[in-house]
Amino acid sequence: MSFLNFLISGISLGSIYAIIALGYTMVYGIAKMLNFAHGDVIMVGAYICFYAVFSFELPPIVGILMAIAVCTVLGIVIEKLAYKPLRSAPSLAVLITAIGVSYFLQNAAQLLWTSSPKVFPRFFNFGGQASVSFFGGQLSVSWTTIITIITCIIIMLALTWFTGKTKRGKAMRACSEDKGAAQLMGINVDATISMTFAIGSGLAAIAGVLLCSAYPTLVPTTGSMPGIKAFTAAVFGGIGSIPGALLGGLLLGIIEIMAKAYISTQLSDAIVFAVLIIVLLVKPAGLLGKRVNEKV
Amino acid sequence: MSKQREPVKLVPVPNPNIIPERDADKSPILECRHLGIDFSGLTAVNDFNMAIGRTEIAGLIGPNGAGKTTVFNLLTKVYQPTRGTILLDGYETSKMTTAQINRLGIARTFQNIRLFNNLTVEDNVKLGLHNYINYGTLSGVLRLPKYWKAERIAHERALELLSIFDMENLADIKAGALPYGAQRRLEIVRALATNPSLLLLDEPAAGMNPSETAELMDNIVKIRDLFKIAILLIEHDMNLVMGICEGICVLNFGEVIAKGTPDEIKNNPAVIEAYLGKGK
Amino acid sequence: MGKVKKLGAKTRYNIITYTVVVLAYIVMQLLSTGDMLTSSIEGMLVPICVYIVMAVSLNLTVGVLGELSLGHAGFMSVGAFSGVTVAVILENAVASEPLRLAIAMVAGAVFAAIAGFLIGIPVLRLNGDYLAIVTLAFGEIIKSIFNNLYVGLDSNGLHFSLLSDNTNLAEGGELIIGGPMGIGGIDRISTFTAGFVLIIITLIIVLNMMNSRTGRAVMAIRDNRIAAESIGIQVTKYKMIAFVTSAALAGASGALFAMNYSTIAANKFDFNTSILVLVFVVLGGLGNVLGSVIAAAALTVLPEALRGFDDYRMLTYAIVLILVMLATNSSTVRGFIDRLRFKKTGKES
Repeated sequence: MSFLNFLISGISLGSIYAIIALGYTMVYGIAKMLNFAHGDVIMVGAYICFYAVFSFELPPIVGILMAIAVCTVLGIVIEKLAYKPLRSAPSLAVLITAIGVSYFLQNAAQLLWTSSPKVFPRFFNFGGQASVSFFGGQLSVSWTTIITIITCIIIMLALTWFTGKTKRGKAMRACSEDKGAAQLMGINVDATISMTFAIGSGLAAIAGVLLCSAYPTLVPTTGSMPGIKAFTAAVFGGIGSIPGALLGGLLLGIIEIMAKAYISTQLSDAIVFAVLIIVLLVKPAGLLGKRVNEKV
Repeated sequence: MSKQREPVKLVPVPNPNIIPERDADKSPILECRHLGIDFSGLTAVNDFNMAIGRTEIAGLIGPNGAGKTTVFNLLTKVYQPTRGTILLDGYETSKMTTAQINRLGIARTFQNIRLFNNLTVEDNVKLGLHNYINYGTLSGVLRLPKYWKAERIAHERALELLSIFDMENLADIKAGALPYGAQRRLEIVRALATNPSLLLLDEPAAGMNPSETAELMDNIVKIRDLFKIAILLIEHDMNLVMGICEGICVLNFGEVIAKGTPDEIKNNPAVIEAYLGKGK
Repeated sequence: MGKVKKLGAKTRYNIITYTVVVLAYIVMQLLSTGDMLTSSIEGMLVPICVYIVMAVSLNLTVGVLGELSLGHAGFMSVGAFSGVTVAVILENAVASEPLRLAIAMVAGAVFAAIAGFLIGIPVLRLNGDYLAIVTLAFGEIIKSIFNNLYVGLDSNGLHFSLLSDNTNLAEGGELIIGGPMGIGGIDRISTFTAGFVLIIITLIIVLNMMNSRTGRAVMAIRDNRIAAESIGIQVTKYKMIAFVTSAALAGASGALFAMNYSTIAANKFDFNTSILVLVFVVLGGLGNVLGSVIAAAALTVLPEALRGFDDYRMLTYAIVLILVMLATNSSTVRGFIDRLRFKKTGKES
């Protein structure tokens, strides 16, 4: 049973990585940039939700919605102020700007909310229980875990529908293929990129709440490491690919939990990264990524 | 293994019109036998046979998408052939990398110009001379006498090569800042610097006006006469191809549809059909 | 005429670079002996040298070779831990502190070069963002390993163990690396002069390499890999030379850095350190060595200079960083600068 337990925690952690990775992968797909500030948007989302629920005693669902709203706006503002002026700049310049934004968010959070850790409340209690038991108590799964996994599935289905069936979703795919051609076809590229940042940041808020429900310590740097790992997950699955982000996130989560459980807690990060390196050597464009050969 | 295969068509001898007289009794510099490549099931080039004499100027023509550049990429191992053999000066090249092919004697230019844009014109040519500049990393860092001597020789040689196209005065300009025509010429100079025995030119006259093209034609012949090398060129400008090529090979849909001298090609019905479509 | 002019341009750039560094050293040394530096600036002299070397060496990978590396601090870490270990071993054998420091820095460089070579084998097969993420991964792996590595020295020689302290040292033995605690009780033998010498050596290696056959090949690979192959350049070999040189210099600076403090832990060399150095490189200009030197020095001092802003210090740093990037890269600002430049060159000619 312990294996099953670990597997479920792995899937749950992986679901959070997948949701964050979606933000990375969509932004990369369309703007061809690594948005290093994405991890910090997660942190902002978690703080908003925390204060809404604790200080203003709003119901959790309102707190979550507020977090989503704030992060969505934040994503759009960041894009407009920091990234849009650099649309034609070299990618490294954009990367450094993103790092600047990341520093900015972390330090602003430190000023606003201090660096003393906040203990995130447990939202997901149903019938007074924090978890449900299966197999006569042999297997106990927390509601947080269940909700995390369900949320991830819903988000994936919604995104697949959105990019595949809706006009705006198709516009998004068109922009990521070829911005110039998309523009010629009458697609508003700027608006589409803004929308992508908005969706990615909204998802980051959800991920932030889920992350802090599972690992309840909240500090201004909470988002960094999950951000890096989710970025790794996005590359792992093939950056730019939405199913790849899901697959990469889930695998990364499972590998991390299994490595912690069966090999070594201290070396689990090293193992995760080692697996990533091996995968990239075998499949240089990630698991589901397309390798684009340069035309000679 | 090559023994069972049919003898190669163009050189030596079966069709004395194709090769220039002076190469008639020599082995070819390049021989392709049944060369082919598939891209995930799609055959891009198939059963490509060709031979080029040691000082021949040969042309590779065909409609857009016929597979001409793919042949260049196969010859230089940018792509690994799926089938067939390439013999360069009699050596089998199947296990070689692009860099090794170059050292064995094939240099090329690219359809979409590929210069080292952030380096000066002179450095671009010196890079062509790279394998003839003999000092190591350590001598370079420590500035040993070897370094100064080799760099001086390379500098002189680079200017000499640039003088073929009267470009010595551009030596200090960044390659990316050159006008289009000069970039094309610099690519040829850089290729020549590697001391090739076969030079592949991918649409050298693309984007040039008639007078520039005429000058280029003179220069190509001049290069052949000066360096005594073979030149294979892809070109859409028929005046250029018919004007300077001694042998021409026509590709369509990845297959050779005709080979011969310019006059033979001009009157070949298959070629006319490929270019103009079927007459009603 | 053209020849003289061309030699002039590159040589002039190099002379300016060396002059700036030497003058800065003399000024700081004079101020330091005249007791005119605040203790916080005094304490930053060695770190400034370290970050300059880090920036210049990373510039070799990112600016000259054109491959984004996000794990440069990993090589610094390898250099720091191996350098200090060697220094501890030689504590009695080599009495002269500068000599011991020099040997430690060489050892740091050698071990970092070995790490660079081993990591380079898989890394340099990849391209672009994938290469970047793998260097990030290696940086994190190196950090994890040093966080869990125990190295002890006793009369029987060196003892290693991973995860927990199983070195079982004999009587009188000394635990050099203590897992997450890192190294404690380091002899603080790093000096500003040593840092200056390391910078000069780094400049000589990097600038001379850039203006030689090797550097040309590396830059050719950056500008156009396929064309470089087509003219017979062995891409992997030259990528490796640049990568290993970059790692070795980072290793030497890591050793210098570690011996400026009494304790050093693996977490000091994390992803954020790599990013910090990358910021220096990009702000200084890709491939611009003098730019790296100035950016590294200025940005190391900047947080200190912003001390007046107190709590807003790092926030201001972030804003300055974003504004500088926007100012130097946005197309409107660029167009403006280009127009200015055009006018200027127009006048000259």
